[in-house]
Amino acid sequence: MDIGSHFNYWVVIFLMMAGFYTVISRGNLVKKIVGLNIFQTSVFIMYISLGYIEGGAAPILTEGTEVYANPLPHVLILTAIVVGVATTALGLALVVRIREAYGTVEEDEIHKQDSSF
Amino acid sequence: MDQILALIVVLPLLAAPLCLLLPNGRAPWVVATATTWLVFCGACLLLNDVLANGTQSYALGDWPPPIGIEYRLDALNALVVFIVSLIAAVVTPFAGRSIASEISAKQINLFYVLYLLCFAGLLGMAMTGDVFNLFVFLEISSLSTYVLISLGRDRRALTAAYQYLMMGTIGATFFLIGIGLLYATTGTLNMADLAQRLPEVEQQRTVLSGFAFIVAGLGLKAAVFPVHLWLPNAYTFAPSVVSAFIAATATKVAVYALVRVLFTVFGVNYSFGALPLQFVLLTLSVIGVFATSLLAIRQNDAKKLLAYSSVAQVGYMIIGVAMGTVLGITGGLTHLFNHALMKGCLFLALGAVMYRLGSTGVTAMRGIGYSMPWTMSAFVIGGLSLIGVPLTAGFISKWLIVQAALELGWWWLAIVVLGGSLIAVIYIWRLVETAWFRAPDAGPNQLKEAPLSLLIPIWILALANIWFGVDTRWSLSVAEQAATTLLGGGP
Repeated sequence: MDIGSHFNYWVVIFLMMAGFYTVISRGNLVKKIVGLNIFQTSVFIMYISLGYIEGGAAPILTEGTEVYANPLPHVLILTAIVVGVATTALGLALVVRIREAYGTVEEDEIHKQDSSF
Repeated sequence: MDQILALIVVLPLLAAPLCLLLPNGRAPWVVATATTWLVFCGACLLLNDVLANGTQSYALGDWPPPIGIEYRLDALNALVVFIVSLIAAVVTPFAGRSIASEISAKQINLFYVLYLLCFAGLLGMAMTGDVFNLFVFLEISSLSTYVLISLGRDRRALTAAYQYLMMGTIGATFFLIGIGLLYATTGTLNMADLAQRLPEVEQQRTVLSGFAFIVAGLGLKAAVFPVHLWLPNAYTFAPSVVSAFIAATATKVAVYALVRVLFTVFGVNYSFGALPLQFVLLTLSVIGVFATSLLAIRQNDAKKLLAYSSVAQVGYMIIGVAMGTVLGITGGLTHLFNHALMKGCLFLALGAVMYRLGSTGVTAMRGIGYSMPWTMSAFVIGGLSLIGVPLTAGFISKWLIVQAALELGWWWLAIVVLGGSLIAVIYIWRLVETAWFRAPDAGPNQLKEAPLSLLIPIWILALANIWFGVDTRWSLSVAEQAATTLLGGGP
């Protein structure tokens, strides 16, 4: 198997792992959301790659084109992007409220405050 | 009749923005109650129709499946839609008084917007026959659940909602990755179509990894041990009504989605043949039942205690389903139905305690049985059902699971189920003893019985627990029909 031919999927795997690792390892709530975004973006790239056919044109009927890219995964991922934006907005809003309530966005300090009462 | 299939999801989806436009006060509550009752009527009609005439299908926008999105209703999801709308129809009237006492007055219409969106999302998940549509509805219900949880009074509600958001999004994204991989190999998103095309390509590693991603993602949403960590805090710090609603519905719908993928899309032979999934699910559930039941004993907050017990109960459902026999799946599905009834009853009773007492701490509930006898009697009934005492609903489903285990010759599994119930006796008894056998704290006792608007919903569910424990003809036949359909033996 030629590794170079699956270049975009390697990017997907790299971003997925990087994002997932950030979510797990970071204690800062905002950084966790950044990690989550990278994780979700990798899935977007995966879907976009799925729909592409080498040499394929945009799926608009024109004279002389025979091969079209599959538009369905692209449309699906538009929906998933919207969901991702909503999740990020909600997550950040929660972080703002958490900071108002605790005065910090660091996970370990929040735990310290909660276990003290 | 056909239109009801779509209307049942569209109605709450339309009522949600309507609540946003209405002035604060009683109006949003009236709209929400009317919506849930209408949906409940629709769900009853549909269930009746499905049981009489077999699978129903509705092509959204008149695009024929598999190209368009299809709503497909068989005995299994008709049962899930029925239980979700039943719980909503009982919980919403309760919400009127309870939520007004727990969140600030200017947020009340927003609460009903989110509540109806969550309801619509859960119904959509149960109705749809399209895997990507399932993902969209999963996110609709999840996003609104995160906000509903963060409405809790305690500031820990915020961190609980944040934690759930993180884990929930990872779970949903895993599910999305799995769908993508399946689409890449089969070129379809329709469940029935997937089921037809998958056998040809099932040797491919892409399908196998897609399967793994989907199971992991849905397992996270269903709070299968050990990915249940979001659940206890989320249930504990959410407003009482929210706890009651999501405890009785959200994990059930996720379990349903898991069952659907395992048995309808992939088929039982692939699901339990390609990977040692049966072994993994059974082992995790067995550990989960014991670990979380033992954790439940030590909790000092009644809501958290019930939350841990919920994880254990999901374990029973998964045990039943993972056995892969008709009897086992029937047991798992019946437990899904019955657990919604008992947890709904218990969390609503705690909601009434919260309304009068302002706390659900175990120590604060000392002697509360004397001042709130009706609430706490219903709590006892729900608790007995949770333990699995004969003549309550919980007994029936656990009995079925034990029978299914014995049918396979797995006596150790039967012992696990019985052992888990014995632990349930300990933690439920702890609450019952505090409420009924301890003297109330000294000092003037102004606690009054909860108002009727809270008591009636609690008692509807309490009586349902007894009813479905005595008269099992209906619930068992539906679950059995669903199980045979799943294993390919039925219509």
